[in-house]
Amino acid sequence: MSRMFASVFAIFWKDVLSEIRTKEIVTAVLVFALLVLVIFNFAFDAASGTTARIAPGILWVAFTFAGILGLNRVFAVEKENSSLAGLRLCPVDRMVIFWGKLAGSFTFMLVIAAVITPIFLVLFNLPLFLPRLALIIVLATLGFTSVGTLFSALAMNIRARDIMLPILFLPLVVPVIIGAVETTTCVLAGGPWSDMLTWLEIMIAFDIIYLVVATLMFEFVIEE
Amino acid sequence: MKNGRGKLRDDLLVGMGFALMLAALYMALVYAPTEKYAGAVQRIFYFHVPLAWVGFLAFLVVFIGSILYLWKRSVIWDSIAWASAEVGVVFTSLVLITGSIWAKAAWGIWWTWDARLTATLVLWFVYVAYLMVRGYAREESQGARLSAVLGIVGFINVPIVALAINLWRTQHPTALIFEGGLAPTMLVALLVCVVAFTVLYILLVRQATSLKILESDIENMKNLRLE
Repeated sequence: MSRMFASVFAIFWKDVLSEIRTKEIVTAVLVFALLVLVIFNFAFDAASGTTARIAPGILWVAFTFAGILGLNRVFAVEKENSSLAGLRLCPVDRMVIFWGKLAGSFTFMLVIAAVITPIFLVLFNLPLFLPRLALIIVLATLGFTSVGTLFSALAMNIRARDIMLPILFLPLVVPVIIGAVETTTCVLAGGPWSDMLTWLEIMIAFDIIYLVVATLMFEFVIEE
Repeated sequence: MKNGRGKLRDDLLVGMGFALMLAALYMALVYAPTEKYAGAVQRIFYFHVPLAWVGFLAFLVVFIGSILYLWKRSVIWDSIAWASAEVGVVFTSLVLITGSIWAKAAWGIWWTWDARLTATLVLWFVYVAYLMVRGYAREESQGARLSAVLGIVGFINVPIVALAINLWRTQHPTALIFEGGLAPTMLVALLVCVVAFTVLYILLVRQATSLKILESDIENMKNLRLE
């Protein structure tokens, strides 16, 4: 068991190191997500007093799009130098590779969220200290990345992979997006916990189901 | 590979499907009474509901076919799943179109972001993606394997999407059929239509499946010659 964790951590750490050195995913996606926030400001007039109603949607569209960009890279980097073949040759269970990659993309997404969310709150003049929003972001990111890591590996092997990832990814994460937007609306409006409980439960259920399903399916996706 | 008996079974199925379709038309347009409030336009219900049922059945078959393919790796299961996905997408498209026409007449709008409409649309996208994965795959066996994964993951998604969107909002007339709110003659007409469309589905999937198996046989023969 501890050997399995060590292997997962090794794959995770490899991704983190290469990210620290190249800064390929986090920096690029961060700038992109910021731009989405700015563009939305033109699309919906955020100054017109409707901020509280449209802000959650803006945040989650920015996150979702940023997530797609980032997830696209997760396996593209493995493909570029045929390092996926190396990963496949590792004397570990396929499950371990999945969890390692998942841990990597989950961490990158959280780093991006940690930078984007405060900027978003400042730009839209919203309260800055929202611990409940952090919980929502963790739950939603886990859902996004468990589905996304599986589909990133799936799309990597087919033609038109850049466009196929969003086409595969978006319909599946609909429940997470709805849940995240609903709970964020509640948090920004200062609503009670009880209002968001059902949605939190749905998001937790989604996370668990897709962690299990994606772990089981991953093996079939990367076999040669 | 079709032998004499298979051909006969197909012919029987075609004949049965044709007769049932005629019966369905008669039941929906003549036999069933005109709905008191909605008027004649409500008759689209006799096509809308069977189409929705067959669409769902088709995706269930994709799910089962996908599991069996990943397990047994037999091209037959893959062909069934693929054929069923194609038919399912066509039928679900028709559900969305007939639903839209009905909504315009009943609610005065073509589309509303109601729970069931939205869930159906999301489902439609999942299986369009399934067909796209097949189209973009680099080789046949890869497309079969990857789309099987999607056939499983996508189907598991159905209840979660349905639950989430239901909580989100709902306007669609629910379960009138099961609550016994339907006149007996209407129910009979509906059942005939459901059977007719189910037979049509079986017919289409059988044809498409045998076509796909033939295609893969030809592909194998070509590869043999190249070797």
